Amino acid sequence: MPELNTSSLPDLIFSVLFFFMMVTSMREVELKVQFTTPSGTEIEKLERKSLVSHIYIGPPTKEWRAQLGPAPRIQLNDAFAEPSAIREFVKSERESMAERDKPLMKMSLKIDTETQMGIVTDVKQELRKGRALNIVYSATKDKQAQR
Amino acid sequence: MGKSSRKVPGLNQSSTADISFILLIFFLVTTSMDTDTGLSRRLPEWDPDAQEQEIKIKERNIMTVQVNKNNEIHVKNGVINRVIAVNELKDIAKEFIANPEDNILLPIKEEYDIPGFKVVVTTVKHIISLQTDRSTSYEIYFKVQNELSKAYNELREVWCRQTFGKGWDDCNDDERAFAKAMYASKISEAEPKQYGTAE
Repeated sequence: MPELNTSSLPDLIFSVLFFFMMVTSMREVELKVQFTTPSGTEIEKLERKSLVSHIYIGPPTKEWRAQLGPAPRIQLNDAFAEPSAIREFVKSERESMAERDKPLMKMSLKIDTETQMGIVTDVKQELRKGRALNIVYSATKDKQAQR
Repeated sequence: MGKSSRKVPGLNQSSTADISFILLIFFLVTTSMDTDTGLSRRLPEWDPDAQEQEIKIKERNIMTVQVNKNNEIHVKNGVINRVIAVNELKDIAKEFIANPEDNILLPIKEEYDIPGFKVVVTTVKHIISLQTDRSTSYEIYFKVQNELSKAYNELREVWCRQTFGKGWDDCNDDERAFAKAMYASKISEAEPKQYGTAE
């Protein structure tokens, strides 16, 4: 029985590899808060990932809960933060962007459904002060059509 | 020594496949494919001086949506003033925004020149004021935002069909911009009281 020619196998795998490198993006942060984003029917897709920065709000994950308690926290990049740190965060995110993209910057708010509006309002006020006015309430598409 | 007539041995490539497999698995693990989706909103500019000013809005032009700490939605406009369920909000908002019967208790309809299109008659001055308590749950707030978006989107869809003979999805960017100008989203969020004095 003739052996199977496997000489093109590396090329094949490389193509798959390049495909994955193109369609995916690096996982940016390690999540320290838990959240389930709400679902809605009028959801839009965010087109350009490079324009989007994330703010996470939710109760700390198990490892952190012993230290911090179950109250919702804000996570920016890799660390917990207070609302007052948001302006600094906006500034650094803006500086890392190309000049012509700066006005298009979007803040994606990934907020747990159980969160109370107080903390959300605080974050929004800080975003306004930092002049990051385009926000997105991150959510998933609701599959059921009409309620 | 002398001249060697040896053949150069070929590089052993049998492990290349394994190496690329490892790379592939590495990328599969470290990357995420999820695309972000959500509800877009634009916050108003921060202007510390403007906080004291009160803009005079005629009563018929404003609809207040209040979500209190018990997550009850209270809607107040010219024709309605009661606690409602979330799924009622869309139709109430649609009637308020479009004012199809030219009710004098609902927003005034005025001529408005959509740049690059034509003069239309619409409720330019309507405002939906959304007020929340600090202990309102985010979930209900999001649902309210979603219902308000749905009201606007359905009105735009109908208008597109009447004006261009096709739905929103088939419209080009210009036509969408006109539809957005026709039913411009005007959701104002009241600032919580404690901010006025604290800073």
